[in-house]
Amino acid sequence: MTASQLAENIGASRLRANYIGFQTIVIKEVVRVLRIWIQTLVPPAISMTLYFIIFGGLIGRRVGEMGGYSYMAYIAPGLIMMSVINNSYVNVVSSFFGSKFGHYIEELQVSPLPNYLIILGYMMGGVVRGILVAVLITIIALFFTRLHLVHPLITVSVVILTAVLFSLGGLINAIYAKKFDDVTIIPTFILTPLTYLGGVFYSIHLLPVFWQNVSRLDPILYMVSAFRYGILGVSDIGIGTAYAIILLFILGLFCISLWLLNRGVGLRS
Amino acid sequence: MQALSIHGLAKTYKNGVVALKGIDFDVAEGEFTALLGPNGAGKTTTIGIVTSLVNKTSGTVKVFDYDIDTHMDRAKSCIGLVPQEINFNQFEKPFDIVVNQAGFYGIPRKLAKQRAEKYLKQLSLWDKRDDISRNLSGGMKRRLMIARALVHEPRLLILDEPTAGVDIEIRRSMWDFLKKINKEGITIILTTHYLEEAENLCRRVAIIDHGEIIVQGRTRELLEKLRTETFVLNLRKPLAQLPPLDGYAVTQVDDTTLEVEVSKSQNINGLFELLSKDDVQVLSMRNKVNRLEELFVRLVEGKG
Ligand SMILES: Nc1ncnc2c1ncn2[C@@H]1O[C@H](COP(=O)(O)OP(=O)(O)OP(=O)(O)O)[C@@H](O)[C@H]1O
Ligand SMILES: [Mg+2]
Repeated sequence: MTASQLAENIGASRLRANYIGFQTIVIKEVVRVLRIWIQTLVPPAISMTLYFIIFGGLIGRRVGEMGGYSYMAYIAPGLIMMSVINNSYVNVVSSFFGSKFGHYIEELQVSPLPNYLIILGYMMGGVVRGILVAVLITIIALFFTRLHLVHPLITVSVVILTAVLFSLGGLINAIYAKKFDDVTIIPTFILTPLTYLGGVFYSIHLLPVFWQNVSRLDPILYMVSAFRYGILGVSDIGIGTAYAIILLFILGLFCISLWLLNRGVGLRS
Repeated sequence: MQALSIHGLAKTYKNGVVALKGIDFDVAEGEFTALLGPNGAGKTTTIGIVTSLVNKTSGTVKVFDYDIDTHMDRAKSCIGLVPQEINFNQFEKPFDIVVNQAGFYGIPRKLAKQRAEKYLKQLSLWDKRDDISRNLSGGMKRRLMIARALVHEPRLLILDEPTAGVDIEIRRSMWDFLKKINKEGITIILTTHYLEEAENLCRRVAIIDHGEIIVQGRTRELLEKLRTETFVLNLRKPLAQLPPLDGYAVTQVDDTTLEVEVSKSQNINGLFELLSKDDVQVLSMRNKVNRLEELFVRLVEGKG
């Protein structure tokens, strides 16, 4: 065997080893989501059912139409997105922080698995939970309203990309978190307000121009709008802009998490 | 080849604690080496840097010639770590913990399961494989971490106080196990506070204190350096007054106990002759402390 063949072989086995390592994290994370389904899948189902009954059913009847659709049909995509955002974020932040807190993140730190795969592995856990919850809430929504799915490809891709984005966000949160409180601060004080103001419950065209412009600074608006566009075919903003913004955020968050892990922030003293 | 080669390794923690002051430490392939030192000496810090759990401040570390700065993944593949503190997910099952660890090292699932079975059996944990790890006893948890560290069949096994809080019987079986795998070719480094352990187990020792390696070498040669030994004599009858024992450093601990320091050049028979002459009968005699411990104390004190 020549030196270059040998190097190639090592390269190929390294690649295979990396894939197995990545797969191990993903399986572990997915098993975690399913094992603690009472904590991961049931709460969003309950709270979203309540949203549908109260906002869609009781209040929605008085609101009338929004964007040319019944209020129930209008908020359904918003509520699905809200669940995806929350659940993918919370999944990664709690799982990764848990592994830091219990020190079993060290199992990964001592292994030869590269940091980018650790990031992608944890991210996949959040994405899978996000998608599971999206499917669940969609099924629940169908009990209350009809959804057409005008652009299936856009709908699915926006959900996945949003789950990716917020999983990465959750990871960065977990890297910095030192105690359990640090895990809930961002979801409560930043994520929830941005989601509520991101057009989940209303079209921003209802707002005065000034507040419409302020709303445009909220990245969640673009995701909710793009998703709504996929299902209903109506949107507050351009679909291209939405994709650009989502992808930009994903790229930025991924680079930040890689940089943090390479530096060992929150992990290595 | 050197399994581990550390040069000028220094570590200052963010809070200003200087944990390592530029240590040099080498371990040849196939060796069984103890890293000895009191609490806070810098043992865990050293191990942490080697296993990339701690950032170093300066110096170089090579594992089987792979520099951890340039060939981190290769170096990591060579090492199995049994840490000082428990660091597995206590809500998982031992079997899953070991299989997943193999996965992180890139071992295919099927082989990982075979290996997990092999090592859990070797460490007498097979019947506990499906228990929740939290419910294992302290000694079992340590053994679980040994099984986990071996699952990717590393060439260098590093154990940070593996027998802390483990009862005598299990400690001995752990020793036998470590001796066995060392014979099979795995290089072993362990830290311990039980000096008996180092003396029993390790061909080489390095003594570290306040972030510096005071001495390292063959265990036997280090013991040779000990010129004197202290014996404790138990007497049959209470002794009111210590008789003159020329040439021997004797102290009376209580009325039936004497302590004698005997140097290598001295003859202990002479002492008994002197005692017999004064009609002092010795019931029993023992070494005051483990010899390595004595050496250890002497070295550490001699420095400070
Ligand atoms: N994360 C940390 N941050 C700040 N200081 C630390 C940290 N870890 C260890 N130290 C300090 O570094 C010094 C060396 O600690 P280390 O844990 O390496 O000692 P050790 O030899 O393993 O001790 P022991 O036998 O008690 O385990 C100690 O003074 C300790 O307080
Ligand atoms: Mg220690």
